[in-house]
Amino acid sequence: MTGATRRDTALVVILGAALILGLPLVIDTHVLTLLVAYGMLALSLGLIWGFGGVLCFGQAAFFGLGAYTFAIAGINIGESTLPLILAVLVPAGFALVLGAMMFYGRLGDVYLAVITLVVSLILFRWLNTTAGPAYVIGNARLGGFNGIPGFPILNVPGRPDLMIWGEPLYYAAAVTLLVVFLLVSWLLRSSFGRIAIGIRENEERVALLGYDIRARKTVLFAIGAAIAGLAGALYATWAEVVTPTLFSLQQSAEIIIWCIVGGLGTRFGPILGAAVLAYLKFALGQQSVIDNMFILGLVLVLFVLFLPRGIAPELARLGAWATGSRRRPARRRPPPAGVADG
Amino acid sequence: MDLAVVILVEVLYAIASLALISAGLAVVFGMMKVINLAHGEFMVLGGYATITAVGLGVNIFVAMLVVAPLVVGLFGLIVERLVFRHLYGRMIDTMLASWGLSLMMIGAFKMIFGNTTTGVSGPIPGFTVGNYQINGYNFFIIVVSVLLLIAMLAVLRGTRAGLVARGTMQRSDMAAALGHSPDRIYMLTFAVGSALSGLAGAVLAPLVGLVPTAGAAFIAKAFITVIAGGPSLVAGLASAAGFFGLVNQFFSFLVSPVVGDVALLVAAVVLLRLLPRGITTRFFRGRL
Repeated sequence: MTGATRRDTALVVILGAALILGLPLVIDTHVLTLLVAYGMLALSLGLIWGFGGVLCFGQAAFFGLGAYTFAIAGINIGESTLPLILAVLVPAGFALVLGAMMFYGRLGDVYLAVITLVVSLILFRWLNTTAGPAYVIGNARLGGFNGIPGFPILNVPGRPDLMIWGEPLYYAAAVTLLVVFLLVSWLLRSSFGRIAIGIRENEERVALLGYDIRARKTVLFAIGAAIAGLAGALYATWAEVVTPTLFSLQQSAEIIIWCIVGGLGTRFGPILGAAVLAYLKFALGQQSVIDNMFILGLVLVLFVLFLPRGIAPELARLGAWATGSRRRPARRRPPPAGVADG
Repeated sequence: MDLAVVILVEVLYAIASLALISAGLAVVFGMMKVINLAHGEFMVLGGYATITAVGLGVNIFVAMLVVAPLVVGLFGLIVERLVFRHLYGRMIDTMLASWGLSLMMIGAFKMIFGNTTTGVSGPIPGFTVGNYQINGYNFFIIVVSVLLLIAMLAVLRGTRAGLVARGTMQRSDMAAALGHSPDRIYMLTFAVGSALSGLAGAVLAPLVGLVPTAGAAFIAKAFITVIAGGPSLVAGLASAAGFFGLVNQFFSFLVSPVVGDVALLVAAVVLLRLLPRGITTRFFRGRL
């Protein structure tokens, strides 16, 4: 570990601990747990899109798969440690297959976006039709539009009688997010992460240097799906019910909006975007004058037009300006790759 | 025999409606390379325009074929000036801005028309073939789609405006050097594409109950049809709609309509994997 790395890790841990302990003084922990789950979901897309240059329009599919896996495995097993692991592995495995199909087919940006979108639509449609006793996995009924209620929530590993909910759940989720954040930081510093960023910047050049782009993109895609699946499991244990709306287009849209608003190409930006916008949505849900979809849409359009780099890079620039130090601004997103000719 | 007639009509109707909902997007995305994720909401706007006009006492055919395209075309013109104009060539940004636009439109529909289903009744009575009842309106949609495709082909191939538009999409710098204004041509092309979406939404409005979120049902089908079609506008539209319509109806009759929808999406994923640039890069090459 070099000095800079150690400083960065220490800074993240101290700031993270301060936020984890400080935020419950301002916001109810019940809401905070949801924000943490959404933050992790945003981090997953921030990793593959902001650093890997893979724009996935169906990140909600992995989130939903994680949540459903957690619920279905929980009902069949009766405790939550193994389901939690499965909730990470199943979306990752699914993403490996899907990613291999897309990246080894050398599909362009737009086709990739459309295929991921279509896949989450297929899951959404299909799960909506699974009402009735015919659709059963083990002891778990899929329940169609109403989803699956009443599965075992998170418990202390090895002690199925000790449930984690309420305030402890918040701390457990927040610490998990911090650990995932550190793992992502480590991944980005490793040679794998550096090459992933290289692929984002110039795919052809990295390929000419002899790296297998298809395999690396597939693996990165699967890692993103694993994080999204974990976020899904956290969401499931918080909501205590999973429904097909987890796979909906609006859910996918929100993840993308969080990343844009927070700032792509930063680790913290997507989490910040998710927390701010999800809280805004929660606050707007209390009133009924203006539809909150209208506001979300307006925020997205305005950010794309006027602040396409997001909040976090602007904040960093402001901070650098205040302390008088000069740093190279973080890159926003990969240059638009050539789309199909014709 | 009667059943065969009914199935034939259903298949033709499925193909026609796919072509219809994709026509506007084929112009905006296929020609201009603008990924308009608000396409579904443009269609819903056309539907609401029709219903409002009928409510005000306008003849339903006038409302569908004249009022709705005008309203949505005008709306497209405004949006193009305000938003899309700044984003040409930035594909991902266009995609995100139009997604924001679609969310805004859904929110606006909810605020104006309420979160309920509104509809108009179909103006053409049904008739019977043997033991089966056929919705007469299906024929209207088939006729409108065929006429629309022929009209698009005629405009693109036969008129000077079509020629200039096609030329500008290929080399806007050359078009500018020849004295045309790419900015204005882009603006008008976008408006025409929007008007086509409005027409599609209006014509389909009597068949589907309109809810503010109805656009989502169209958007995926429209995109996969246009992308699977490939670079040739009309031939691509017709061939992709034909293929997907057949797959959809085949599985709908065999299993259930939902399985038909899922089969359509799966077929799209497989087709894109096999022909990533669309059907017309391999077949019907070089046609329009």
